Amino acid sequence: MSQVAPGEHELRRVIDEDREVDGLGEQELLDFYRSMTLLRTYDERSLVYHRQGRIGTYAMFWNHEAMQAGSAHALAAGDWIFPSYRESAIGLLRGIPASTILHWWRGHPAGWWNPADHNVASICVPIGTHVPHAAGFAWGTKLKGEKTVSIVYFGDGATSEGSFHEGANLAAVMQAPLVLFCNNNQWAISTPLSAQTRAEALVDKASGYGIPGVRVDGGDVLAVFEATREAVDRARAGGGPTFVEAVSYRAAPHGTADDPRAYIDVERVEQEKRNECLGRYERYLRKLGLLGDDLEASIKAEALEVMRAGIAEAEAAPDPDVGLVFEHAYANPPASFASDLAELCRILGGGLG
Amino acid sequence: MSLRFMVEAVNDALHVELARDDTVMVMGEDVGRAGGVFRATAGLRDRFGPDRCVDTPLAEAGILGGAVGLCMAGWRPVCEMQYDAFSYPCLDQLINHVGRYHWRTRGKMEFPLVVRMPYGGGVRAPELHDDSPETYYVHTPGVKVAIPSTPADAKGLLAAAIRDPDPVVVLEPKLIYRNERAEVPEGEHVVPLGKARLAREGSDVTLVAYGAMVPLCERAAEELEGEASVEVLDVRTLKPLDEEALLASAAKTGRVVIVQEAPRTAGFGAELAAILAEKAILDLHGPVLRVTGFDVPYPYWRIEDAYMPSLVRILDAARKLLAF
Repeated sequence: MSQVAPGEHELRRVIDEDREVDGLGEQELLDFYRSMTLLRTYDERSLVYHRQGRIGTYAMFWNHEAMQAGSAHALAAGDWIFPSYRESAIGLLRGIPASTILHWWRGHPAGWWNPADHNVASICVPIGTHVPHAAGFAWGTKLKGEKTVSIVYFGDGATSEGSFHEGANLAAVMQAPLVLFCNNNQWAISTPLSAQTRAEALVDKASGYGIPGVRVDGGDVLAVFEATREAVDRARAGGGPTFVEAVSYRAAPHGTADDPRAYIDVERVEQEKRNECLGRYERYLRKLGLLGDDLEASIKAEALEVMRAGIAEAEAAPDPDVGLVFEHAYANPPASFASDLAELCRILGGGLG
Repeated sequence: MSLRFMVEAVNDALHVELARDDTVMVMGEDVGRAGGVFRATAGLRDRFGPDRCVDTPLAEAGILGGAVGLCMAGWRPVCEMQYDAFSYPCLDQLINHVGRYHWRTRGKMEFPLVVRMPYGGGVRAPELHDDSPETYYVHTPGVKVAIPSTPADAKGLLAAAIRDPDPVVVLEPKLIYRNERAEVPEGEHVVPLGKARLAREGSDVTLVAYGAMVPLCERAAEELEGEASVEVLDVRTLKPLDEEALLASAAKTGRVVIVQEAPRTAGFGAELAAILAEKAILDLHGPVLRVTGFDVPYPYWRIEDAYMPSLVRILDAARKLLAF
């Protein structure tokens, strides 16, 4: 049994308080900016690619960049990330090529990667079901005596799922080195947080698991970084999991197939857009004198080039071979696969018709 | 060789495999301190420690989802689901992740986990301690399914499942967990997945079954002695299925009765019947018959014998087919 303080309700902030975060120099502050810009550019270009018919259905993460970049930068290179689809492009920050992630949204098998290459697990589509994976993985690394820390991302809606509960509880019981990072953007498609829970704050769930919980301004990349770093340090020191609730607001649709005007407060969205996370951070950096027009332009151009090259590479890839339908379903496939494939190829005559 | 009950053979397999490979671990509800509600995991915690025979929170999706992550961290978890019907919460993980994750990594990561559980009826138990859920598992791509009917196979199939690079579900027929001791090889014993077992040779009719229905079919064969020569085929691995053995027996006898405890509609027997219809039609002298449970909730135990395939129902089907 453990005694934990109730989760903090006060949002931790850095930017709005004009504070600085210990241990962050000019280089790190600009790295955060590069990462946020890359994510923002990925997201905005993807919406364009979708409208041009170059990628399929796409789930935006506009205004989530501070949460993703701030937390990812708090990890060591060997630490593991378990993303949901809202963090589909977080692997960019770990060196996964843009083309790979674009392939994923283009429905091409080349969109999957080997998680061990970048310590980024596969994108999880069903809500919250990867929380037990992260808990099991973190517990497994601890059992092996490794010093790896893991982070799992999920939204406010996921906290209603049984999988979230079972994963969070398992991590707590096993004192697994895990950060449970809740991106509370206050909407699960059309369902507002008030219809998701009676809890005053999602962070209150932490004390039910006997783990610490903190609440942070999700639009403040530095506050997110600081809170996550504290959780990572605790996990690495053997202190078990922490629940981080990052509070933000979904200022874009759930995905390209969603029209939020039917349910969302349009005024509020406009207000959130005016205070979106990348702009806030730009103003902070400018005030510190770290960012000027030229640097901003060159960082944005760099990110655009990543996307231009990424989509070009993805579009240049040949169509996947029919045989890939059967490939990798099993490490040791049943004999029937070979005859099924031969028969399919005979009928198709080498093409999908 | 030594004489063991089936559940003792399961326990033996776990002891041997945990000793053989220190990445193998057992996890589940009550598997550690209690040694499992059926004693299948007895002695493991004392011998291998609480990190390799782990009492988990009471959470089937958490157990199987946790096992997915453990595989990624280099472990080979053997998950116990306490009872057949209590395994259903883990189907979410099984369908959405266990059967897909190797594919998602384009074959780069393996998920060599095992889900094992006691299953099936006829044991005078409360509600939802009697189900035969094999079809749910067999229907899940990326997953293999084995069901032993003898103590030796219970040991050998579980060992094969633990060593297999793919996720394997092993269903253990609890009706025959402790009914009869039989010879079980000592030490390492592996029965390859994907191979059926000819439990009894015959020439007039084939009874195809798995799990607790195999010994019942063997009794039916004895009853029919002098009347007909009966072959009994023990499927052993439902996926990947040993189609050759099924088709060879059908070609030999020309008559097939399939016996399964599970409800009839879209049960595994339907798959066997479909394969026979596709590939053995000209060998058959009559229709493929099924003796199965019914499409109803598994009944109260005072009338469960009317639900379970019984000797008289199997004899009736075999005689009908012989007279066709």
